[in-house]
Amino acid sequence: MMSFENIDLNLVYIALGAMTLVLLPIFLWHTPLVGAKTRNSISTAIRNLWLHKLRSFLSVLGIIIGTGAVIALMAFGEGSMQDALDDIKRQGATNIIVMSVKPPEEATSTRRSFVAKYGLTDQDYNRFQQTLPNLVATLPMRVFAAEIRPVIESRMFQGRVVGTTAHYSTVYQIQDRIERGRFLEEQDENPVPRNVTVIGSAIASTLFPGEDPLGKSIKFSGKDRAFTIVGVLKDRTPSTSAGDIEDYNGDVYIPLAACRSLLGELVVFRSSGMRGAEQVQLNRIVLTVQVMDQVRPTSEMVRAQLEEYHDRNKRDWEIKVPLDKLEQAERTRDRYRMQMAMIAGISLLVGGIGIMNIMLATVTERTREIGIRRALGAKRGDITFQFLVEAVVQTTVGGVMGVGLGFAVIYAVPWLVLRYFEERIPAAVHVPSVFMAFFVAVVVGVLFGWYPSRRAARLDPIEALRHE
Amino acid sequence: MSAIARVVNLVKNYNLEGGLVQALRGVNLDFEEGDFVALMGPSGSGKSTLLNLLGCLDRPSAGHYYLGNQDVSQMDDDQLSEIRSRYLGFIFQSYNLIAQYTVVENIQVPLLYQGKMNQQTYHRCVRLAQMVGLGDRLDHRPTQLSGGQQQRVAIARSLVNNPHVILADEATGNLDTKTSIEIMELLTALNEMGKTIIMVTHENDIAEWARRVVRMRDGNVESDERKRRVHRRPTNPLVGSRR
Repeated sequence: MMSFENIDLNLVYIALGAMTLVLLPIFLWHTPLVGAKTRNSISTAIRNLWLHKLRSFLSVLGIIIGTGAVIALMAFGEGSMQDALDDIKRQGATNIIVMSVKPPEEATSTRRSFVAKYGLTDQDYNRFQQTLPNLVATLPMRVFAAEIRPVIESRMFQGRVVGTTAHYSTVYQIQDRIERGRFLEEQDENPVPRNVTVIGSAIASTLFPGEDPLGKSIKFSGKDRAFTIVGVLKDRTPSTSAGDIEDYNGDVYIPLAACRSLLGELVVFRSSGMRGAEQVQLNRIVLTVQVMDQVRPTSEMVRAQLEEYHDRNKRDWEIKVPLDKLEQAERTRDRYRMQMAMIAGISLLVGGIGIMNIMLATVTERTREIGIRRALGAKRGDITFQFLVEAVVQTTVGGVMGVGLGFAVIYAVPWLVLRYFEERIPAAVHVPSVFMAFFVAVVVGVLFGWYPSRRAARLDPIEALRHE
Repeated sequence: MSAIARVVNLVKNYNLEGGLVQALRGVNLDFEEGDFVALMGPSGSGKSTLLNLLGCLDRPSAGHYYLGNQDVSQMDDDQLSEIRSRYLGFIFQSYNLIAQYTVVENIQVPLLYQGKMNQQTYHRCVRLAQMVGLGDRLDHRPTQLSGGQQQRVAIARSLVNNPHVILADEATGNLDTKTSIEIMELLTALNEMGKTIIMVTHENDIAEWARRVVRMRDGNVESDERKRRVHRRPTNPLVGSRR
């Protein structure tokens, strides 16, 4: 799966760039800007290239591989960056997620019955709202795992119930991710909580296959109260920003007030013979600030407050900043860029040596031709220019083939890996890198073609004419 | 007739491993406009060295070479290239055509370095090809032509820049007798049209076609004689029979 929106847009840029690269020379070719010498040198170079197809191909192989590798690596680096950015966007780059965490001593308790009281409280929530500057939205959430069943059918889904407010829609930007119906609204909360719910796509397809879930009711394990479905969400990409992978498609959203009245403050659970209960007021608070620059200072203030009002020895909260992922992605990208620079450097060297080698052989092979041209009036500069053009034409052709190879890798590798290993490799064509790699290939021609060309030009015409 | 080329005390020394070799030891020669000169001499006599100097492919160690009114003996490499492309035409023993070019493209090469390659000069190249009898082989490559035909292309090429002097180095050396005669007929016709031709040859029967024979020995001019031309040009000289 690739981010096709990006690829397609980039393809437009690439196509425009490629058209410019093709049409501009054709246009220039027919203007006085390109002199007869240049025209002749280019056509001679193309003819010689065509005359020795295999040899020319082998000599530019280094350039082809180098250019292709740079474009592909940049695309994969850019892909993971895009991926992270998309994830951050889904999570909200301006969000700060404060989570309740079960403290270690509570988690390892062996007591057979125990009420664990920990985590974020309504007081925390109110304090954040009152004291933190720059907040755009605050979102309280209550989250618990539950078996979800339709009221009149026997199907079941092991999902997650999220008690929250209408702000969820803004903070998680799901306005355009509603498949049917609507999301929770202010009126579901006030003045009296309503028993309505919005369900994720996986729940809809599992509990109501081939049916319209709107208007139907669901229940949660151990509770009698039925919730009427008012909305169904579209498929949402799982996120890793809040720690573990969150699969939103198995979520059920109910008004926070309804959640409170359903559960009280105590969540009772049974597992492997243990019976326990947790008392958590809020599992999560999401704070949204105006701009990304405010994320870090605000999260520091949150940390300071929580450290002040919560037991220092019983650390029952955690702050997640989706922005951290951005830095991680930037590090990944930088690593790719480093690798790319190294590969570009090596390919430049290898490709250049290949070109220089073949150009030196060409100069020896065509010594007599050089003599003829000199006798017929070619200046040293003309000979240098001709052979330089031949080197550049070779590397340009190599560059074009390298771009092709790069694109082939970008499209083929993720497809193959997805098909045979079921792993997703994000790839996004990095447009500047395509042109940069191509440009570098051309420059290699100039750099490594220079010496053989000068050598050709310095040949003594008489000696060159005698050359067999 | 005025001197189109003049060499004065021309000396050329080569520093070889065995020591200094004096290839030319003070040669004085005048070449008049419309001359047809055969440079003869045994190997090592200096005739090829002289031709290279006359062709501005090399510079003399001492002395002067005047081409028209210009002393070209002190010119730098680029200036000599300019002189070659404007005022001189070359015909070589082994034709020296560029293998990947067609007949017309080969004829065009000197124009390329004068920056005069355009539609007009292209037609001139076609006319020259037709003149030397290769009008139906314009797009052939050298490998598709016989030796005589290749030398005709070389002659057409030597004419394309309308040179002051055409220099021929053993122009018939690689050709059989019949083809040699065709080529010499062509050169004679050009000479009769006013072209100055200086050719190096070691064959007496080829030298017979010239109006003046300069014999060289040990870097000096041994003899310089003018004579009546033995051969007459054929009735249709520029389109001789083709092989």
